[in-house]
Amino acid sequence: MSHHTISVRGLGFSYPDGTRALEDVSFEVGHGEAIAVVGANGAGKSTLLMHLNGLLSPSEGEVRIGGTPVTRSTLKDIRRTVGMVFQDPDDQLFMPSVFEDVAFGPMNLGLPADDVAARADEALRRVGAAHLKERPPYRLSGGEKRAAAIATVLAMEPNMLVMDEPSSGLDPQARRRLIELLASFEHTRIVATHDLDLAAALCERTIVMSAGRVTADGPTREVFSDDGLLAASGLERPLGMQACPVCGEG
Amino acid sequence: MASIEAGLYNLGRLDQLARQDTAVHRLDPRAKVVTTFVYLVCVVSFGKYDVLALLPFVVFPVALAAEGNLPFGFLARRLLAVAPFAVLVGAFNPLLDREVVAQVGDLSISGGWVSYASIILRFLLTASAALVLVGTTGLNGVAMAIQRLGAPRVFATQLLFLYRYIFVLADEALRMWRARSLRSFGRRGLGLSVYGQILGHLLLRTYARAQRVYQAMTCRGFDGTVRVVGRLHLRAADVAFTLGWSAFFVLARLYDLPLLLGRLVTGWSS
Repeated sequence: MSHHTISVRGLGFSYPDGTRALEDVSFEVGHGEAIAVVGANGAGKSTLLMHLNGLLSPSEGEVRIGGTPVTRSTLKDIRRTVGMVFQDPDDQLFMPSVFEDVAFGPMNLGLPADDVAARADEALRRVGAAHLKERPPYRLSGGEKRAAAIATVLAMEPNMLVMDEPSSGLDPQARRRLIELLASFEHTRIVATHDLDLAAALCERTIVMSAGRVTADGPTREVFSDDGLLAASGLERPLGMQACPVCGEG
Repeated sequence: MASIEAGLYNLGRLDQLARQDTAVHRLDPRAKVVTTFVYLVCVVSFGKYDVLALLPFVVFPVALAAEGNLPFGFLARRLLAVAPFAVLVGAFNPLLDREVVAQVGDLSISGGWVSYASIILRFLLTASAALVLVGTTGLNGVAMAIQRLGAPRVFATQLLFLYRYIFVLADEALRMWRARSLRSFGRRGLGLSVYGQILGHLLLRTYARAQRVYQAMTCRGFDGTVRVVGRLHLRAADVAFTLGWSAFFVLARLYDLPLLLGRLVTGWSS
């Protein structure tokens, strides 16, 4: 798994109750790329992300990570390679203290105790949450929870990061800090979001989804300038690319 | 639903207290769990009419609470909150057991009152010991200790998760409750059927969350065992604590210390 690439081909998925969530989704992600996946509620973004580390298995088509197909036998390596940050940090922080949570992954990798502690400390420092180490997760603010959740994933030292709505529920400053943090990563990144300004700030490329299909895939600026496409996909231009209604400058 | 809020607050308070750094808090959780267990067994095994012989056992929770810097007022309020249970359990003893066992002046005391006093005293002792244990160790410490002591792993894991998610669950319940009361305009909403709906919803939400938590765990290599960062070290002080207190409990259980003390004092003075 030397190349941190993702290849999705002809991916289709139906939930057990018959709901069709993905239909013939195909795209390639190159080493170190940052990609935004945008789309209206229920467009299939989260379902797509869950295929990238094998939480869901495709009904049709296949997903390859660094050339390795995602199957039951490769799951362990895939999940080590692809770190996933969940939408609700409360789902991801389940241990009694932040430190134990961040150490959870490395412990499961069977690392010696010293390495586990070193990795956990480094991950917490990286997201600026070193001071939260001993705190229980339910006593953190939204921004702190988000930072801790990202640290739990970084501690696994993944090559790729998959994030579901990383900026949801954050206040403006916490959101700004999150964007700076994510911009500083060199991992291959896939970010599903409604926050189109975040997408514009972080990702050179954007994939638009609508009703389980990819309706556009291209440079972020071009995608967000296509008003017809955005409207058809239940989206709007990011505020940063709209003419300012107060001062009248675009 | 003020009681949920109050319950959460108290749980949080106990959690904060457990985070202090005193000699008692620094003891290995296993030492405290084992000692408390011996304590409970000794207290519970006393006879139906024993009251005075139980008195030496007051020392343990009081000493630990003082040493562990737990505010007595807080402990007393927690005890009061669960007291109705014990008060009701023994309430019929004085009525059913009217045989006179002691005579103090004109007042004859029936066996029922003595056994009632014994029940209440035992409740106070055991409940305060449990409170002090959690207040000086934390529920997570207790869970960790029982796992290391050989309790089934599932049990300890359940306890950890229960404690982690009770805050989330109660918060969710509280929000649903508020949403209901905002729209019921001081009336009782639609009565019992609404409670059923709320509970059902809560169950479904919990189920969905459990699934997401499990996914988050498998993403980080979970294989059925929750590995806790190993930070338990049994030191000489822990062993001394356990053996010392346990020896005292067994001694106080086998010999009626207040009686011996009384005999010693009266025998010595006469």
